Amino acid sequence: MRRRKSPLLFTAAVLAAGSLLLAGCSAGSTSSKGSSDGKTPTTATIALTGTPTNLDFTTTAGSAIPQALMSNVYEGLVEVNQEGDVVPLLAKDWKLSDDRKTYTFNLQDGVTFSNGDAFTAKDVKFSFDRVKSDWVSSLKAKMDVVDNVEVISDTEVAVHLKQPSNAWLFNIATPVGAIFSPNGVSDLANSPVGTGPYAVEKWTPNESIVLKTRDDYWGKKPGVKQVTLKYFADATATTNALQTGDVDAIANLQAPELLSSFESNDKFQVITGTSSGEVTLSMNNKTAPFNDKRVRQAVLYALDKQAIMDTAWNGYGTLTSTLVTPTDPYYEDLNKVYPYDPAKAKELLKEAGAENLNITYTVPTRPYAQAVSEIVVSQLKDVGINVTIKSSEFPAVWLDDVFTKHDYQMTTVLAVEARDLLTVFNDPNYYIGYDNSVIAPIAAEADAADEAGYVAGMKKVARQVVDDAASGVLFLFPNIVVAKADLQGLPKNAIVESLNLTDLSWK
Amino acid sequence: MGIRILINLTRFIVTYLVATIVVFLFMRLIPGDPAQIALGVNATPELLAEKQKEFGTDQPLIVQYFDWAGGILRGDFGTSYLTQTDISPMVSDRLQVSLILVLTAMVVALAVAIPLGTWAAVKHRNFSGVAIGVGSQIGVAIPGFLAGILLVMVFAVGLGWLPANGWTPPSEDFGDFLRRLILPVVALASVQGAILTRYVRSAVLEVMSEDYLRTARAKGLSKTGALVKHGLRNAAIPVITVTGVQIAALIIGAVVIERVFVIPGLGSMLLDAVGNRDLLTVQSVVMVLVAITLILNLIVDVLYTVIDPRMRRSA
Repeated sequence: MRRRKSPLLFTAAVLAAGSLLLAGCSAGSTSSKGSSDGKTPTTATIALTGTPTNLDFTTTAGSAIPQALMSNVYEGLVEVNQEGDVVPLLAKDWKLSDDRKTYTFNLQDGVTFSNGDAFTAKDVKFSFDRVKSDWVSSLKAKMDVVDNVEVISDTEVAVHLKQPSNAWLFNIATPVGAIFSPNGVSDLANSPVGTGPYAVEKWTPNESIVLKTRDDYWGKKPGVKQVTLKYFADATATTNALQTGDVDAIANLQAPELLSSFESNDKFQVITGTSSGEVTLSMNNKTAPFNDKRVRQAVLYALDKQAIMDTAWNGYGTLTSTLVTPTDPYYEDLNKVYPYDPAKAKELLKEAGAENLNITYTVPTRPYAQAVSEIVVSQLKDVGINVTIKSSEFPAVWLDDVFTKHDYQMTTVLAVEARDLLTVFNDPNYYIGYDNSVIAPIAAEADAADEAGYVAGMKKVARQVVDDAASGVLFLFPNIVVAKADLQGLPKNAIVESLNLTDLSWK
Repeated sequence: MGIRILINLTRFIVTYLVATIVVFLFMRLIPGDPAQIALGVNATPELLAEKQKEFGTDQPLIVQYFDWAGGILRGDFGTSYLTQTDISPMVSDRLQVSLILVLTAMVVALAVAIPLGTWAAVKHRNFSGVAIGVGSQIGVAIPGFLAGILLVMVFAVGLGWLPANGWTPPSEDFGDFLRRLILPVVALASVQGAILTRYVRSAVLEVMSEDYLRTARAKGLSKTGALVKHGLRNAAIPVITVTGVQIAALIIGAVVIERVFVIPGLGSMLLDAVGNRDLLTVQSVVMVLVAITLILNLIVDVLYTVIDPRMRRSA
């Protein structure tokens, strides 16, 4: 028998030996190698989860497209830095008029698009106007406040708002503020053209995007010549790829339980930052039993969020209470509003006449949702809420049932968009169904106020939302970066969707 | 013979036509709107309507069907809703990858299974024969993805001999192509090899009890001599059928292995497309598979007539 089995082993051995020889001859031609061979690599390969369906964020949703392209291929007038502040990019500086309705931007000189076109104030007007006319995405609403864009000179542009808006300047640091060239919008889905330090060299749907550094970039060039973004469906496959040197970094590890083998290894570095992705526990405010505020509050008292984060995400993450993250200017620690208090939860349920409650929990088929669902169920059971889990295929079925038809009682979803408090709660027709009559005027006033007034007003909105127990936030997703020890410049925090690779370099 | 081919061809066309209708209707029955998925959690009714118009999903079903089926006749599968690129070249790229993977695995599996299975049948009363029988039974029971994960843990992550995952087209870097092919092929072939070993074994066992083999032995041929001269040709028939069926099944069935090894094959393309309700892509991939299955059936049919002269006379 042993003899008979040898053909397989023999074949494998020959194949292995032969290919190792061949590989030896061609080493260095593919992905980057560590600095072990004495030479500093010029390329980097980054592993990502969640592939972009195409490259056009003006008509297709999903954070994967701006993650790859914003900051790298497209630039806006301003950007959000790692601390969450809005800082200059294509605009050198800007002035806000006294009535807070006109922003006058002073633009960078000598900027070109990757197709060779020069960047001028006309492109700003073209891009901002185009949001209203051509974008098929609800992001376009963020430009509604713009009355008109006035080209003053090649390097000066004024944006007139209908009313003062604090949110607008932040918003143009996100995809809605991306600057396009009129000659570069014919095939956005496949060939994006921007002013960024990288140009898309090759895109293979569902597999990878190759970004090449532009020689004619106006600013500081990245420390690598080429970056490959490689997409993986499975977290284990990404860690295997990093361990065997096929990729140089994992931009956002989706399985913290796989971290241990990297933490103890000098060849790798583990960086944990924060993100703007909240794992929510949404309750349908419009239907029983959650149309009763006391029942929603009872749920929030019944949850030991630290235990949930420890179990579901190995303790990585940050405990927050609503869709405001510590990097937002109007952040405030509201964790004490609903401390873990099962007795209080039972009391509230009794008061609401909702003892021995039976509810359905719609859980999307995503790892984070599956991970939190079991422990949420067991904690709610302790206070007398019997939860039945209903698995819902994500995105197709979840979008249809929960998001569009509002056919759910309780669900969990990752809210990734930055500063999304008002998107979710200041709209009674959103799937949460929160009654926004109290917060709407406060929010409007805050947006039109000066900066201090904005911060104070938005804090008020957040507090109101939490007091009303509009919805739960289980924890804030960490941004876990694992990379080879000598790769530097990877962003620590994921505050906006973009994965900014402009500082990437090898030691 | 001519009639036989004509019957086969008619069957091919009718099956294909029915398949287009079934596949099309099934895709419309499953919940989930492609326009909604493209727009995500910020869709408004107005945007949704605009997107449906762009995708053509606002048209009556019959119009959508003929648009698509008409395209297939011209060899054009249309444009993917999501990637907004032509589907045909994507499918052919992915199919190449799957075929390389599956066919290599099948060749390896057959190379192992034919001698092993035959040996197990001939020596079915001896220890070695029984051991192969039991061994292949265990092999069949081990899921392919488990074999894959174990192989990655040992040979890629543990020993660092081979890459853990990824795919390089042979035209780009042949050495790297081979290196990345080894582990997934071994994972697929070990399971397939076990299955085929069992088929070969039982086919040979059956042949060995046939009268003509006894006659051959009575004429003085040795057990092995009789088997090689008269038996193997007959034993090949069920094995060919199984191989044909398995190749077709594996092109999609290998999706688990494709996921473990991050291989851009047709299986993972189908999985992604289903998840995103990229209807045209799903339909196209399924129709390619239907075609492959039917073609493999034809090939198996032809091989029968080559191997078994009786088949030539029967029609």
